[in-house]
Amino acid sequence: MMDIVGILTVGKGGWGVALLLASGVTLSLSVLGFLLGALFGAVVALGRLSQRRLPVWLASTYGTVFRGVPDLLTIYLLYYGGSIALTHVGKLMGGTGFIGLPAFATGVFAIGVISGAYQAEVYRGAYFAVDRGQLDACKSLGLSGFQSQRLVVVPQLMRHALPGLGNVWQLVLKDSALISVIGLVELMRQAQIGAGSTREPFVFYIAAGALYFLIAAATGTIFRWGEARAWRGMVRT
Amino acid sequence: MIDLAFFFEIIPALLAGLPLTLQLAGSSIGIGFVLALTLALAQQGNHRILVWPIRTFVAVFRGTPLLVQMFLIYYGLGQFRPSLQAIGLWWLFREPYWCAIFALSLNTAAYGSEILRGAIQGVPRGLVETATAFGMSRLLTLRLVVLPLAFRQAIPGYSNEIILMVKGTSLASIITLMEVTGIAQGLISQTYRAVEVFVAAGAIYLTLNFTMISALNALEAWLTPYRVRD
Repeated sequence: MMDIVGILTVGKGGWGVALLLASGVTLSLSVLGFLLGALFGAVVALGRLSQRRLPVWLASTYGTVFRGVPDLLTIYLLYYGGSIALTHVGKLMGGTGFIGLPAFATGVFAIGVISGAYQAEVYRGAYFAVDRGQLDACKSLGLSGFQSQRLVVVPQLMRHALPGLGNVWQLVLKDSALISVIGLVELMRQAQIGAGSTREPFVFYIAAGALYFLIAAATGTIFRWGEARAWRGMVRT
Repeated sequence: MIDLAFFFEIIPALLAGLPLTLQLAGSSIGIGFVLALTLALAQQGNHRILVWPIRTFVAVFRGTPLLVQMFLIYYGLGQFRPSLQAIGLWWLFREPYWCAIFALSLNTAAYGSEILRGAIQGVPRGLVETATAFGMSRLLTLRLVVLPLAFRQAIPGYSNEIILMVKGTSLASIITLMEVTGIAQGLISQTYRAVEVFVAAGAIYLTLNFTMISALNALEAWLTPYRVRD
């Protein structure tokens, strides 16, 4: 065992700064992927709640596929599939050789696609938790359909969706480690690089695990705070 | 656009990885369940010496990515080769196969123990008291009253965990094991046909997951004969 503290310090010859920067990449990758997933999730949930058959079918297929297939496989599909398409375009423009997609953007997109499938379920469940009587009340107040959704249903739906969204967020954070396979230097990849060059894999993977744990704990607190805030003034049974 | 002949070529190649996927999933779900039940039961007594380490274990394995756990066990512990050889455990940590099963089992044990703990605590207290009043020992109460009810209660939650484990076996491909996802990645980089390979490999996983879900639903229905289905 070398000097463990030395390896992880912030100073010269230490990997502390690199690991902290990589944690920043992990955090921004996860946040952007989660937000994109919220958009996908909302669209898919709308599809599921539709009265027509085609949107319902499309939305449930999306959910089944991306929740049932390993996330790693989805990441390979998006990265290689996108890169292959890009390479074809490159050839048409007279380029040669393989063109890879930018890893960060692909990672955000992949997390968006995967977490969208999970978030859709959360939103759909939360939609049914809002009392139907509220819609009748909206009608009697003369609100239009869109107005009653925007002003009455969605704000209340978020209250019910928060615990589920917190779970999806934790899933997203851990899933972001898989983006390391397409070469993005986030926390997991940085730990691999450090482990490779110092031959101290144990120290680096423990450090990476600890950083993931800290990020998960800190962000979990934010969700709990948000939940407490959303439910203030309400009696919870 | 879609070339059927190509599918007939890649499907057998991908299916060759299925036995490994099934082995990894089967062993880790089995070992994980035994561990999960042990951990859940050990917390029932509320002994601080037992509860505190178990809670820590659960928090650590639920709070970190499975990939980190797998790398820590495979590459991280490999660093201690002399000590592992001295205690005769090197055979286990030398093989990516055992490391993957080890990591997957501990991971699912952490999640599973929380599901089972909740289910055991969900058994109405009155039933346990009735059993005591009948003169049943704690072990007998556990075996005849608490566990059957808790297992039934736990099935929906545990089904989700089993699906996550089937999907989790794909990470073994990163530590060199050529299961379905590993083969799929190889095929994509050889043929440059990502969509077709994804569809074929995805279909294998979806079939596997559907089979598991149907089996577990059947088990739940069998354990709940009186429930009227709506």
